[in-house]
Amino acid sequence: MVERRPTLGILAHVILILGVLVVALPVYITFVASTHTAQEVVQRPMPMLPGSHFIENYTAALQGGSHGAGSTAAVGRMMFVSLVSALIITFGKIAISLLSAFAIVYFRFRFRMFFFWAIFVTLMLPVEVRIGPTYKVVSDLGMLNSFAGLTIPLIASATATFLFRQFFLTVPEELVEAARIDGAGPMRFFKDILVPLSATSIAALFVIQFIYGWNQYLWPLLVTTNEDMYPVVYGIKRMIAGGDSQNEWNLVMATAMLAMIPPALVVMLMQKWFVKGLVDTEK
Amino acid sequence: MEKRVVFRSGWLPWALLAPQAIVIAVFFFWPAGQALVQSLQQSDAFGTSVSWVGLENFQNLWNDETYLASFKTTAIFSILVAVCGISLALLLAVFADRVVRGATVYKTLLIWPYAVAPAVAGVLWLFMFSPSIGIVAYGLEAMGVDWNHLLNGGQAMTLVVAAAVWKQISYNFLFFLAGLASIPKSLIEAAAIDGARPWRRFWTIQFPLLTPTTFFLLVINMVYAFFDTFAIIDASTQGGPGKDTSILVYRVYYDGFKALDLGGSAAQSVVLMVIVVALTVLQFKFVEKKVNY
Repeated sequence: MVERRPTLGILAHVILILGVLVVALPVYITFVASTHTAQEVVQRPMPMLPGSHFIENYTAALQGGSHGAGSTAAVGRMMFVSLVSALIITFGKIAISLLSAFAIVYFRFRFRMFFFWAIFVTLMLPVEVRIGPTYKVVSDLGMLNSFAGLTIPLIASATATFLFRQFFLTVPEELVEAARIDGAGPMRFFKDILVPLSATSIAALFVIQFIYGWNQYLWPLLVTTNEDMYPVVYGIKRMIAGGDSQNEWNLVMATAMLAMIPPALVVMLMQKWFVKGLVDTEK
Repeated sequence: MEKRVVFRSGWLPWALLAPQAIVIAVFFFWPAGQALVQSLQQSDAFGTSVSWVGLENFQNLWNDETYLASFKTTAIFSILVAVCGISLALLLAVFADRVVRGATVYKTLLIWPYAVAPAVAGVLWLFMFSPSIGIVAYGLEAMGVDWNHLLNGGQAMTLVVAAAVWKQISYNFLFFLAGLASIPKSLIEAAAIDGARPWRRFWTIQFPLLTPTTFFLLVINMVYAFFDTFAIIDASTQGGPGKDTSILVYRVYYDGFKALDLGGSAAQSVVLMVIVVALTVLQFKFVEKKVNY
């Protein structure tokens, strides 16, 4: 701070606290709704303090089989599907990007720049602009309703490849020379030197890509028709059907809380890597 | 920039590239090519007959008033999302940059909505604004506002914009905070010694120096509003009432998967690809500028 201005200091805190409250309000209401019975939630106005049905509602949501108008599949299974697909997407992206960036930076071969640009162009083809034909490919390959169908089409990542390429270019040449003098082959150099050096970039990408994978919606909406394969983010939407009074909003809101917790935890606990990841990938 | 020292191997680089190359060929280039081909074809709903129609699908789009209306909806939606999201985030970032005590706490409490899935954000806001049970709708009614986003297109738009902005603020906030931190303290101190008050210092020093960040965020927020908000809209308004919140991406999905108009949907995909290319080019221009200032 340049000078002391008590009024401005107080104003800053007031505005920030207001901001924090407005940002937190939807989640607070969600939490309150998830701790009441379905009847209490649809009252006008709904209660503003947490109720006493916390354990009941969360167990009911996790196990499924309630009486709502929409889907009543078990949220426990959905959380598992989400976690597995998010992890496959995250590690898949990091792995194939590390390998292709290594090939592009450390080897000279024909069509090297062609591949580089081919990967670059995928930035311009998000899932949303090619949903119809991509769906057809996945269904022709028999990958509907499977983890492969949910994850593999989302694994290619231009951003991760670029990030690793930029990083590899800053690695001192002496390291390669030293490794070669000591008789290390390319894969040995990759495994023992390059990957450990990239640890911070990998951690940063992990946070960003985990959130990306967990929050997928459009793609699961297309490739899953079986309740067993719904990720939780899509499952919530399926729980809402018909009029407001037919839905068990308390369970829907409990599911929303469950769907928010894992990625929110990753962001808050790995805050440092998260910020680095955002700035590096500009995603 | 190139490496002086490289490894030599005939087959290894190909093996390393293979996984990435196969995935992008099968799931990116092949489908994108298909979209281009399909956009020139017309097929019936059962897929039994296909005929070449040239640019007719595009002409149909051009003549379709609802499609042009969807363009307008998308433009209004993305401008509202970008402007509201950026100005609110800037306000919070400027004050967060000022406070010393509790700065980390505020930061942590403001960044987590980034982790919330767009679909979940849509459900949360839908619940709060639901005309019959929502707490905010109840409050608005008490204040004399007759809220029903199921009937009123303007209110439905407000709802999706609010949900989209709520989710995006944390992202903008982080970038503004980083931008503010990179402005040399000496500039601000010099201005203060010359007698410029905080308000003046903000408009003459901090805001101009943040221009590259702001432009960058403008492009990113447009991309976000164009593509990533599909889930918010599908979870809250489903493009309704009528077509009042049906943005371009929602139409591609609706026409292709619900109305089964493959040719029309593919033509819309091609239009979207052109928009993404334009936005990406714009983004790279501004990213370069950001590096240079």
